[in-house]
Amino acid sequence: MRQFLFFIQKEFYHLLRDPRTMIILFGMPLMQILIFGFALTNEVKNSRIAILDNSKDETTQAIIQQINASRYFDVVTELNGYPDLEPAFQAGKIKMAIVFPAQFQQSLLHTNTAPIQLIADATDPNVANTLTNYATAILTDYQRRLPGNVGVPFSINTEIRMLYNPQQKGSYNFVPGVMAMVLMLVCAMMTSISIVREKEMGTMEIILVSPIVPIRVVIAKMVPYFLLSSINIGSILLLSVFVLDVPIQGNLVLLVSECLLFTITVLALGLLISSVADSQQIAMLISLMGLFLPTIMLSGFMFPVENMPVPLQVISNIVPAKWFYYIVKNIMIKGLPFEYVWKETLVLVGMTVLFMVVSIRKFKTRLE
Amino acid sequence: MRVLRILLEKEFRQVFRNPAILRMIFMMPAVQLLIMPLAADYEVKNINLCVVDFDHSSYSQKLVNKISATKYFRLVDYTDSYDKALRYVENDEADLVLQIPASFEKQLVKEDKTTLFMALNAINGVKANLGGAYLQRIIADFNQEVRMEWIQAPRVNPQPTVSISSLNWFNPLMNYQIFMVPGILVILVTMVGSFLSALNIVKEKEIGTIEQINVTPIRKYQFVLGKLIPFWVLGLMILTIGLLISWAAYGIVPVGSVLTIYVFAAVYLLAVLGLGLLVSTLANTQQQAMLLSFFLMMIFILLGGLYTSIDSMPEWAQTFTKFNPVSYFIEVMRMVVLKGSKLYDIRSHLLTVFLFAVVLNGFAVWNYRKRS
Repeated sequence: MRQFLFFIQKEFYHLLRDPRTMIILFGMPLMQILIFGFALTNEVKNSRIAILDNSKDETTQAIIQQINASRYFDVVTELNGYPDLEPAFQAGKIKMAIVFPAQFQQSLLHTNTAPIQLIADATDPNVANTLTNYATAILTDYQRRLPGNVGVPFSINTEIRMLYNPQQKGSYNFVPGVMAMVLMLVCAMMTSISIVREKEMGTMEIILVSPIVPIRVVIAKMVPYFLLSSINIGSILLLSVFVLDVPIQGNLVLLVSECLLFTITVLALGLLISSVADSQQIAMLISLMGLFLPTIMLSGFMFPVENMPVPLQVISNIVPAKWFYYIVKNIMIKGLPFEYVWKETLVLVGMTVLFMVVSIRKFKTRLE
Repeated sequence: MRVLRILLEKEFRQVFRNPAILRMIFMMPAVQLLIMPLAADYEVKNINLCVVDFDHSSYSQKLVNKISATKYFRLVDYTDSYDKALRYVENDEADLVLQIPASFEKQLVKEDKTTLFMALNAINGVKANLGGAYLQRIIADFNQEVRMEWIQAPRVNPQPTVSISSLNWFNPLMNYQIFMVPGILVILVTMVGSFLSALNIVKEKEIGTIEQINVTPIRKYQFVLGKLIPFWVLGLMILTIGLLISWAAYGIVPVGSVLTIYVFAAVYLLAVLGLGLLVSTLANTQQQAMLLSFFLMMIFILLGGLYTSIDSMPEWAQTFTKFNPVSYFIEVMRMVVLKGSKLYDIRSHLLTVFLFAVVLNGFAVWNYRKRS
């Protein structure tokens, strides 16, 4: 046992004597949380649009004013004719154009109908869709308040309630995902590299001829990263509650223990990588390509899993981060008790055991 | 000039003698271009809907049929318990609950107005918003149909109506892949370029060969140029492969001129490689270089406008993107590939990226010391 403690001490020295790496390891989660929390939103607002008003009467002015007043749109230019449209889009100045035909007010007053054309830059289909929807909503609202439109018979109203995230903040979606990403990076990548480095430098040989059991060597390597991750979990949770205003709805103890469970899962994964890789570069590449990208792409926090083709949906099941993301989302945001996540927890436990068993089997006590 | 040629020969030999790295350089972009756009699909479809019907009238039936006939919604369950519906939402099996009140039909016919309730799972704000908007549009349609049943349609429209027609330019089929593929290509070129150049000088430091170069009469700028040019060529090759793949697999042919893309990419790669070299002169071990460039790339890529629109970012983040070379290239790619912008349209982008290249490379040359 004393021997084991010495090894842990050695690993701490390794970590603490490289301040640059330490700064990045602690700084990265903080930066990520802040970037995701503040800068990245899927919400579309302040979009630059242009108006092509061929009519220039009171009605079109009133409509333009309403559109400009909403927080979604920012009218930047008034165009003079159709030929101006395409260059404006091509120079990337505008996302949408609203076109009023000549004699807009006249036709609205006399024939009770007047057309408006919305031209969206559909290079980003989602933004185009959202903008068209917002503009349509504003126009419909305007139309509803026109004198002839009050008290129309047979009308159906809808009342909308936003569950779990009434202010529709993007950070509710991102915080659980960032946690998965950071833990993946700190635990899996760093452990795998630090074990492989001993192999590369030749110090592994010295350790292998010492009387300590090899598996203890490996576990001693995991302890500092486990502690580091616990600190990161704490700082992420504190930041998200106090800076991003994402409340923890569920049980804090449950949430933290699920996080620790996931930490152990990824540590085991790092162990597995290190038993496969021979050089630091290969270990980095495997962690980057095999862990990091699938975590971003397939865990469901960036892109909805149900939209993917079926083979990718199947593959997404072997990504541990997917299960963790689901668990954290349910506990932290929805505030659900353990009954709702026991299956996913079991999957994570199963994965951990599997990784452990395989990597211990593959761990070589002899050098070739 | 001869010195430079010999240095280049050395660098190219080094690259081509390492099959693992070479394989990674060419395989990685290919595989990722084939897989990533499939996963990166933001389009909102297949919204899972649960209907709670307390009315069970012919109108409520009609409404539900109308909704489930569209391609946007998938009816998970048709029930008469709100608690049960909420359970579906809690388990992520439903995104949206539509509640039809008990006297829906009666109120609609007798009192001329009634109210439906909608509850959305708003953790993913976009999906909730768009799902709600789609559903409201369908309900409005239904509303119009009901009205037509009861009121004989007069010849002139009785209510003033603004008829809205919308056009989607540059991507009329709203194909998400056309939007994502050029952006992903930028990321790949950037990642490969910056990682390789960042690891390169550090590796010479780690194995000690840098000492040998330091004692030769090679000038600093020659050394840096010798490191820069091979990766510049590789970067352009990856771009070419990527453009070919996006043509073969996704049928994307740039609307604008391919030459414009290459002119911009040539300047852009200088900036990215300069960044890599700078990292390389700052770090002492490969691990440090990797972490540092990973850290920078993550920020550049996430704030580059690939996944989320830059316009919606807060002021400080938008200011930051002005110093982010990645965001310029993503924008230029999309402008040229989708909208056919010309060299003249992207002149300011080109100039800015050229300035980045000068500053970053100058800094890298200055920071590289021949003495340790």
